[in-house]
Amino acid sequence: MTSTDLSSSPAAEAVSDESAYQAPPFGSRGPVSEQLLAALRRPTEDAELTLSGFAERLELAIDDSDDMLRDDDLQLTLLILHGLHYGSVVDSDDEWEWHPRMVAARVAIEREFEAQLRERVPSVHFPDPTPEGVAAALFELTKPGPGPSAARFMAKKATEEQVREYVKLRSVYTLKEADAQTWSIPRLNGRAKAAMVEIQADEYGGGRPERMHSTIFARTMRALGLDDAYGTYIDEVPALTLASFNMMGMFGLNRRLRGATAGHYAVYEMTSSIPNRLLGDGFRRLGYGDEVTDYFDEHVEADAVHEQIAGRDLAGGLAEQEPELLADIAFGASAAMTVDGWAADDVLQAWLAGRSPLRVPRTQSESPEKSE
Amino acid sequence: MTGEAQIVACIDGPLLVRGDVELLSSTGEPVERNRRTVALCRCGVSMIKPFCDGSHKLVGFRSDPSEAGDS
Repeated sequence: MTSTDLSSSPAAEAVSDESAYQAPPFGSRGPVSEQLLAALRRPTEDAELTLSGFAERLELAIDDSDDMLRDDDLQLTLLILHGLHYGSVVDSDDEWEWHPRMVAARVAIEREFEAQLRERVPSVHFPDPTPEGVAAALFELTKPGPGPSAARFMAKKATEEQVREYVKLRSVYTLKEADAQTWSIPRLNGRAKAAMVEIQADEYGGGRPERMHSTIFARTMRALGLDDAYGTYIDEVPALTLASFNMMGMFGLNRRLRGATAGHYAVYEMTSSIPNRLLGDGFRRLGYGDEVTDYFDEHVEADAVHEQIAGRDLAGGLAEQEPELLADIAFGASAAMTVDGWAADDVLQAWLAGRSPLRVPRTQSESPEKSE
Repeated sequence: MTGEAQIVACIDGPLLVRGDVELLSSTGEPVERNRRTVALCRCGVSMIKPFCDGSHKLVGFRSDPSEAGDS
């Protein structure tokens, strides 16, 4: 294969009828994810052929991406690349995980993604690199507001269809709940590491696999008649929600960004108990029992514990050990508030306007467009 | 968990309890503990008492009496 014609994916066509691995339950969203998905159906030995022109295609897509947070093709591509590390995303040759071209593609997308996040996320200043100072700044940043929210809408108004939409969107992260943060454990030390492990042990059920949060969520999905296999609903999930998930994978997989992981996770824990009570109320209002609400009820209690540990011992402990990470702790916190705030607002606005917040999958031949 | 039980009085928040502590109701029945580290309500507003549910943040609970009321 010598062609580097960027207008089509010749490699994909050349091998599509003799693929060795299963196609994933979701489709591509543009030229980059299309070629990547096709290449992953073949062994790494075929990389020269299957990835012909891929680096150029990717570079073009990155150069053209003014808003990577809403870029369907690149966010899906990053989710697939991170998926090589997580597993259970795309059926493929295990050798792809550390294949240099996969690592190069992942890093290229992550660098631009991070740069755009740092540009767009409002900068917040944490004044004091002490455990109590950081905890106080994080609690201030995440202070519950009185305004409308997707969680309040779920509690009071959401229909059967809307609560299913919510669960589908949430499944991108929650079927792998806490895994992104686990990447950071060997990259932390002392008090911050002990805090992360204390939280994660609880996330993973404290030794009881049936109490693992991802497992409890899978049960909620099944009780709602949804498929709990990872990726079933990816086609319906907008780029911004993929970006929210990819962001924490990027923070976790890059040791350099351990401060951002700590700030991000603290915000997740601090914005969980109260909304999850509302979410549980929503499902109870519609007549659902413990099988569905257990996940949300569990988080009311668990995250009231985790938020104290994450603020003071994880983020605060890290700031005390490595004061130079204070700005990244604040960045990760602000990024979590901002990106998840935008995603939640998109959902709420769609519901208020009587629309579905889910994405309508495009056919493969169509070119991706921005969903502004 | 080895070592002695530990209770952290979180500023403007719950009591965080680690270690081997028996939780009992006032009539002596054991309170089921679902996790190793628990947070006990001290603002009085939690709906899952004796555990914390984060409600202290909604009511502006202050743990320092001299600051109470200026949330």
